Amino acid sequence: MDFSLLPEILASTIRLSVPLVLACLAGLWSERSGIVDIGLEGKMLAAAFAAAAAAAHFQSAWIGMVFAILVSLGLALVHGYASINQRGNQVVSGVAINMMAAGLAVVLGNTWFKEGGRTPALPGSARFLPIDLPGSAVLADVPLLGAIATIISGHSIITYVTILLVPLTAWALAKTRFGLRLRAVGENPHAVDTAGISVALLRYKAVIIAGILCGVAGAFLSTSLSASFVRDMTAGRGFMALAALIFAGWRAWPALFACLLFGFLQASGNYLQGVHLGGVEVPVQFINMLPYLLTVILLAGFIGKSIPPKASGIPYTKDR
Amino acid sequence: MALSLSWERAEPKFTMTPAIELIGIDKRFGAVHANKDVSMTIAQGSIHGIIGENGAGKSTLMSILFGFYAADKGEIKVKGQPAKIKSSFDAINLGIGMVHQHFMLVDPFTVLENVVLGAEGGRLIGPALAKARAELTRLARDYELDVDPDAIVGELPVGLQQRVEILKALFKGAETLILDEPTGVLTPDEADHLFRILGQLRDQGKTVILITHKLREIMAITDHVSVMRRGELVATKQTSQTSVEELAELMVGRRVLLRVEKGKAKPGAVVLEVKNLTWRDSKGTARVDNVSFTVRAGEIVGIAGVSGNGQSELLELISGISKPTSGQIIFEGKDIGILGDPRHVRQEGLAHVPEDRQHRGLISSFDASESGILGWHYDESLGHGFRLDREAVVNRCQSEMREFDVRPGDPLLKSAKFSGGNQQKIILARELKRNPDLLIVGQPTRGVDIGAIEFIHKRLIELRDQGKAVLLVSVELDEIRSLSDRILVMFAGRIMGERDASSDEREIGLLMAGVSKDAA
Repeated sequence: MDFSLLPEILASTIRLSVPLVLACLAGLWSERSGIVDIGLEGKMLAAAFAAAAAAAHFQSAWIGMVFAILVSLGLALVHGYASINQRGNQVVSGVAINMMAAGLAVVLGNTWFKEGGRTPALPGSARFLPIDLPGSAVLADVPLLGAIATIISGHSIITYVTILLVPLTAWALAKTRFGLRLRAVGENPHAVDTAGISVALLRYKAVIIAGILCGVAGAFLSTSLSASFVRDMTAGRGFMALAALIFAGWRAWPALFACLLFGFLQASGNYLQGVHLGGVEVPVQFINMLPYLLTVILLAGFIGKSIPPKASGIPYTKDR
Repeated sequence: MALSLSWERAEPKFTMTPAIELIGIDKRFGAVHANKDVSMTIAQGSIHGIIGENGAGKSTLMSILFGFYAADKGEIKVKGQPAKIKSSFDAINLGIGMVHQHFMLVDPFTVLENVVLGAEGGRLIGPALAKARAELTRLARDYELDVDPDAIVGELPVGLQQRVEILKALFKGAETLILDEPTGVLTPDEADHLFRILGQLRDQGKTVILITHKLREIMAITDHVSVMRRGELVATKQTSQTSVEELAELMVGRRVLLRVEKGKAKPGAVVLEVKNLTWRDSKGTARVDNVSFTVRAGEIVGIAGVSGNGQSELLELISGISKPTSGQIIFEGKDIGILGDPRHVRQEGLAHVPEDRQHRGLISSFDASESGILGWHYDESLGHGFRLDREAVVNRCQSEMREFDVRPGDPLLKSAKFSGGNQQKIILARELKRNPDLLIVGQPTRGVDIGAIEFIHKRLIELRDQGKAVLLVSVELDEIRSLSDRILVMFAGRIMGERDASSDEREIGLLMAGVSKDAA
């Protein structure tokens, strides 16, 4: 194997981890408040479509981002209404959102752009482009430092913001009033209610945060990582994020590392295509399978040790 | 008008103002009239007991005061001022705190985090945690309320969890503290400690409202007592001028036998012999630890203990719900422990009234006649092959209802619609149908009104006098003492010792707390 590729694989790992981290944090906020969110995938997909469609129409990545957030937020509020007000089954609501998003994106895309469900390719001006950190070009030829510069420079603004969101989430959960109440409502909503705090309002706030984060993740997929929307472009990332969330025990820092691990497998898959093992070429499909295989292994092996918030998935009613 | 009064005249009036006044509180839940025009005055700096049977409306009334439910009619005054209490938030701001029967704690949180929840004081919780730490030290000193502020609440024993609940209320500035059935989960020693704390709170000018169905507690600690019956306030008395008998009568509306009348037991042959019985949970902890005892025909053996010390597991083992890890359960000469299957165990002639009526005893959404045949549904008299003869089922239930005085006597009514006592009668009728040689019964009167308690107790004594063996498990020490011929005390999965029915309550209490003189 060629180790000179390593810095590029790691840089790619960071890029591919961004939507996972965002979706994973979305799931974290939602589930720490007691709302199971299996609709991460659908929200991200709908947001990716909205971002690409709006960016193509207005020729602006930022307008695309706004639409992505609004659409994802809309779906999040539907999920919130079903789970909080109507006390519905949160898994069913999430699955419905996933199916609706997958279908609508293709149908609307086909109607509006007539490209078989794709959106038009975006010019650079309507995308979130890589930002070269000052000094990275100078360091390019220095041994080690150049490699580090390759890894940490040249990402889009969304990537840098995402990395900041991890410590922010960890801090907010541990140190703020909102974080304390949110953790409490996911464990024992009765305790929160008797403390005179509204359970529904807290859970709505969590669901809204999840909606916004999924919106950003979707926009990243279609206007930064790629230059258009294609059908099913989330490719199970929402579920991978859920797996990472369980693996990380619903904590922010471990979630980052779990997502980086998934991202690394995806990235190496892209670079290892055509690799030979014992004289036989390993089929691309096997390499691309790795992140999904890991998801299954992690869930089978670690789900027992990871303790979810006690009230997650259970609609809150006053009766005791 | 009040504004024109001078300070000098207002001052004494303030100290005379009651802490809480409830005026004409009325509340319905659908067809159930939970509170009927209840008016009550609670004096500042006193301990006020509210007693009544289950379903008398005590908890509803206090939930209204704490803002958990809204009253349909009526008015609440706090320190003389009309108060609108729409949520717990309002109640807390008015200086009312509540310790619920089921603790409202967040298990994975530390004591400090639990205490500051809802009273954080700002966007960041750091300062509140520091303040709570100082406050907890002070409260621990003033009221014997010691607890480690950094302990994880879920890992604390129940007695300490209850302390955390009290600390929570005091930290939020509670002047009036409501406690809902606080001693149900405590050993007698812990209960005494709680009462000392409540006494100190009163001495410092706080007002305590104690909801209970235990007459003894009312007599021991309260200044005033209000009796509720079927949603109505029957009387409010000064505790020093009333008696247990009077209160009991007010509760039920007629004279009740508090002591169960029974003759001397005539024990016969050994019916059940439990030998070195051990059961480990999935974590390998011995929840039932090397337990041995016998039950003879014609006697009632009571197992006392604070809930959660292995009694439930013991019941599950004997009834065949779970399989022993080691040891034997010999019923009429046959080891039934190896069956590990309740159906075969019952066919051997053992009947089981489960502890958890709602979950194990019957199915709430089934009608009474269906709940009445649970576990006997394959009986030939109820149909052939896979066909169930509805008419036979209903007729059977009808006759059982008549025999056991179940009210209402409607076999087609949903099981959930019956009161606790009547549900228990349905289960008892079902279990006694096959004329078993051994009845094992868990918490026979939990959540059962006094009238039904009397009926069930009489029935158990009758069984004994017919020469049946009865194994009784209850967390109500009074019940164990009045019914049993021999008493075994369980603690941490082990039998701490055996006493006879006439032995001293304190001695049994010590055994329940795990203090044993005959540990050998």
